[in-house]
Amino acid sequence: MPQSAEHVLDHAPLFREPEYQEMFARKREQFECPASSEAVDAQREYAKSWDYREKNLAREALVVNPAKACQPLGAVFASAGFEKTMSFVHGSQGCVAYYRSHLSRHFKEPSSAVSSSMTEDAAVFGGLNNMIDGLANTYSLYEPKMIAVSTTCMAEVIGDDLHAFIQTAKAKGSVPQDYDVPFAHTPAFVGSHVDGYDSMIKGILEHFWKDKERVAGEGITLIPGFDGFCVGNNRELKRLLDLMGVQYTLLQDASDTYDTPSDGEFRMYSGGTTLEQTADALNAKATVSLQKYCTRKTMDYIAGHGQETVNLHYPLGVRATDELLFKISELTGKEIPEAITMERGRLIDAMADSQSWLHGKKYAIFGDPDVVYGVTRFILETGGEPIHCLATNGNKQWEEDMKALLASSPFGRAGQVWAGKDLWHLRSLLFTEPVDFILGNSYAKYLERDTGTPLIRTAFPIFDRHHHHRFPLMGYQGGLRFLTTLLDKIFDKLDQDTNIPSKTDYSFDLTR
Amino acid sequence: MSLDYENDGALHEKIIEDVLSAYPDKFAKRRRKHLSVAKGVDDADAPAEGEEKLLTECDVKSNIKSIPGVMTIRGCAYAGSKGVVWGPVKDMVHISHGPVGCGQYSWSQRRNYYIGTTGIDTFVTMQFTSDFQEKDIVFGGDKKLEKVITEIDALFPLNHGVSIQSECPIGLIGDDIEAVARKKKKEIGKTIVPVRCEGFRGVSQSLGHHIANDAIRDWVFAAQEGEIEFETTPYDVNVIGDYNIGGDAWASRILLEEMGLRIVGNWSGDATLAEIERAPKAKLNLIHCYRSMNYICRYMEEKYSIQWMEYNFFGPSQIAASLRSIAKFFGPEIEEKAEAVIAKYQPLVDAVVAKYRPRLEGKSVMLYVGGLRPRHVITAYEDLGMQIAGTGYEFAHNDDYQRTGHYVKDGTLIYDDVTGYELEKFIEKIRPDLVGSGIKEKYPVQKMGIPFRQMHSWDYSGPYHGYDGFAIFARDMDLAINNPVWGLFDPPWKKKPQSEGFLEAAE
Repeated sequence: MPQSAEHVLDHAPLFREPEYQEMFARKREQFECPASSEAVDAQREYAKSWDYREKNLAREALVVNPAKACQPLGAVFASAGFEKTMSFVHGSQGCVAYYRSHLSRHFKEPSSAVSSSMTEDAAVFGGLNNMIDGLANTYSLYEPKMIAVSTTCMAEVIGDDLHAFIQTAKAKGSVPQDYDVPFAHTPAFVGSHVDGYDSMIKGILEHFWKDKERVAGEGITLIPGFDGFCVGNNRELKRLLDLMGVQYTLLQDASDTYDTPSDGEFRMYSGGTTLEQTADALNAKATVSLQKYCTRKTMDYIAGHGQETVNLHYPLGVRATDELLFKISELTGKEIPEAITMERGRLIDAMADSQSWLHGKKYAIFGDPDVVYGVTRFILETGGEPIHCLATNGNKQWEEDMKALLASSPFGRAGQVWAGKDLWHLRSLLFTEPVDFILGNSYAKYLERDTGTPLIRTAFPIFDRHHHHRFPLMGYQGGLRFLTTLLDKIFDKLDQDTNIPSKTDYSFDLTR
Repeated sequence: MSLDYENDGALHEKIIEDVLSAYPDKFAKRRRKHLSVAKGVDDADAPAEGEEKLLTECDVKSNIKSIPGVMTIRGCAYAGSKGVVWGPVKDMVHISHGPVGCGQYSWSQRRNYYIGTTGIDTFVTMQFTSDFQEKDIVFGGDKKLEKVITEIDALFPLNHGVSIQSECPIGLIGDDIEAVARKKKKEIGKTIVPVRCEGFRGVSQSLGHHIANDAIRDWVFAAQEGEIEFETTPYDVNVIGDYNIGGDAWASRILLEEMGLRIVGNWSGDATLAEIERAPKAKLNLIHCYRSMNYICRYMEEKYSIQWMEYNFFGPSQIAASLRSIAKFFGPEIEEKAEAVIAKYQPLVDAVVAKYRPRLEGKSVMLYVGGLRPRHVITAYEDLGMQIAGTGYEFAHNDDYQRTGHYVKDGTLIYDDVTGYELEKFIEKIRPDLVGSGIKEKYPVQKMGIPFRQMHSWDYSGPYHGYDGFAIFARDMDLAINNPVWGLFDPPWKKKPQSEGFLEAAE
């Protein structure tokens, strides 16, 4: 009997004990009717081949292990970045349970959102009553300052009209007439969570900017985009902008929402862009999107109001941060202070110190389109070689952007861009054209296991490591953090490969 | 072990009234029916011979629609079918049929452990989806589904079958997935199971369980051609409703085997299709999660005359009682072996209780989970000297609340389909020493300074079933409650008198 009170064994060691191992063998032999070991071995080897890769890449309908989620997740995340705002997702209720769980598992934080809980009768008659009752309940129970409405695919398929429903609900007294209920249609069968983010931000701006005349001011607006690292990144951005003395609004800031303290109080709402700032953003001199593919419709809408717009791709690393700061300086006339120049120099110093370990390392990089772009750009700066750049939710335009980026550096020559592909495709790519490291999210731990390629977690969602999102990736400080994470993995791998006593340990150097 | 305590029913009644006052009148009325306080039953109503003693009555309305806009914790029918019943069947590919999200959010989150080569002969921790686009909604998705199944069979040829887990749009756009299933079955010669578990059906996960059970009946049992060759014994049982979360089913199986039984099928944790197909050959169905799989047990009783029996493998008191009642079905030889199993593990139980009970004695617990756990885990806590102050279910039916009366004490707060608001207020007012619920509840509760364990996923630990699992359960409750972090909440320069009580817990 392996279990004891002194040394309690949980699942990880317990099931390796002989009692359990023998039981597994018995179960397999007597009851499971499994495929033969030979067949399994043969298929496992075949799945590593070029032949399998061709078949795999030729898939037209099946998607396996995609690296994207659906629109309403992006809308819920977007809404979480506004002051005292409750996300209200109109449609089936299970979806909302999923978004909340997904966000909580990544941030290790509460994630609040409500559903209009539509069921079969609403599928037949429409969800108007659900909207009327739902808004009234949310308003009384959770006392939000704003309710941001998005949709699940159920409401989209039956064609519920949010604008009309919200007007009717207001007329019936669910919430006061002048209460803020912005909305966005976010069909799950179009685009991905980055588009849901886009639609929700645009919906919020439309709500606050409608019929308003713009009076151009001096301030600028930054829109961060869907960012699993928003806690660290947004705070770093604000620090940089404050150092520069810029007048700015971070439009959609979930950094406090997803990072509340433990002090005995549960804060359903914390921080976020104020509704006043959101309305005032109309008068900004210019708006900078930090993630172009998260804000395409929004930026068009903003440009339509006469603002200058700038689209970036997740400013990570040296040149991307330079570009961000330079652009902000240009827009605001504020100089980049010496303190920031020193920070830049320190990042360059760190990269120079470590360059020999980074040079020529090969990477597979996946995630959301702008994140992949930003990470790839920084990898090129370290002398690394991006081999596979993949975004399941990347489109043709992204593919072109990526190709141009790779072409801009000799280290990008071997790089291939995989728009619309999934992680089962990536598995084939890793077997046939291997790399040294994967840069992606937690889902790639299966790729790490199957292909033996170490995974560095740099993209949303990260479920199986804690607190990374609390540190920035953007800016020079973020670059330093990113660099350290990269190097830790590189050195850990090298140590693991050189630690067998009397076999490989001659390379187990104390100083590297 | 029966722990003798009562809860303050009058206080709990008052808390319910307070909480309801925040709702608009119409909805306060509706929610009132879901909230109650367990009432002790008179000893005069002694149970008839052979019946379990009822301790209380837990009289609440259940299994009706959630109110819009209140932050229900419930999921949907898809979650009940793909997430719970079908998803763990390891040698089949389960297609999340529709848009990408449902499959993405549920991918690998239920910790249904299995042995197998993932992506080759086993597919549990993978996300297969038809990734619906606008054109599929407009023109229908049946053609795409056919192609998806063809591609699955080409790239994953060792799969033993495919299930089609419908997401919301499927039923709304009028796709005929049953026709696709029949056609593809003919073509590839494997079991194909269409499941109509669109998320808008029913009021919670629960209807999804039922639909998934019916799909086993209609698309596995009914579709079987010819007799399955299988040598049976008089000691063959099925374990039904154990999803092997963190290895629960394994920690249970080892006991059942030790007492001389053979488990033909474990539904559905670590199961293969063969284990489902051969289940009708067994002599007895042992059902753990009654809520999610009673339907198919009733069907097997009717169709194959297989009796079923509920059991509970949480905590030594219930494990021993269950082993004995299971053994009774098989007669003296097995009964003797069951006694030997109980005796063998008694020293472990004694050592675990000796170590952890002094650290947990008298601590109060509030639960809010699904399936069987809001009642089944109660005695395991009591075995450690802990007391249940409140409990509730996400998607129970009336028969679950009746069964709960066998577990909870007088005055226990009972909440059905609790809302985020209610749960937060209940916890704030009762201030239990531990809350057991899900990921969405974990962080709000911890921020209030109250220890928490996820009781769906075992908080990434487990197993909690069986004797091996009880040791882990005890360790986990101790590490949650007695971690020093709970004593660090208040900065020394800030006095918060009302919070002293709960911070003492962490000495």
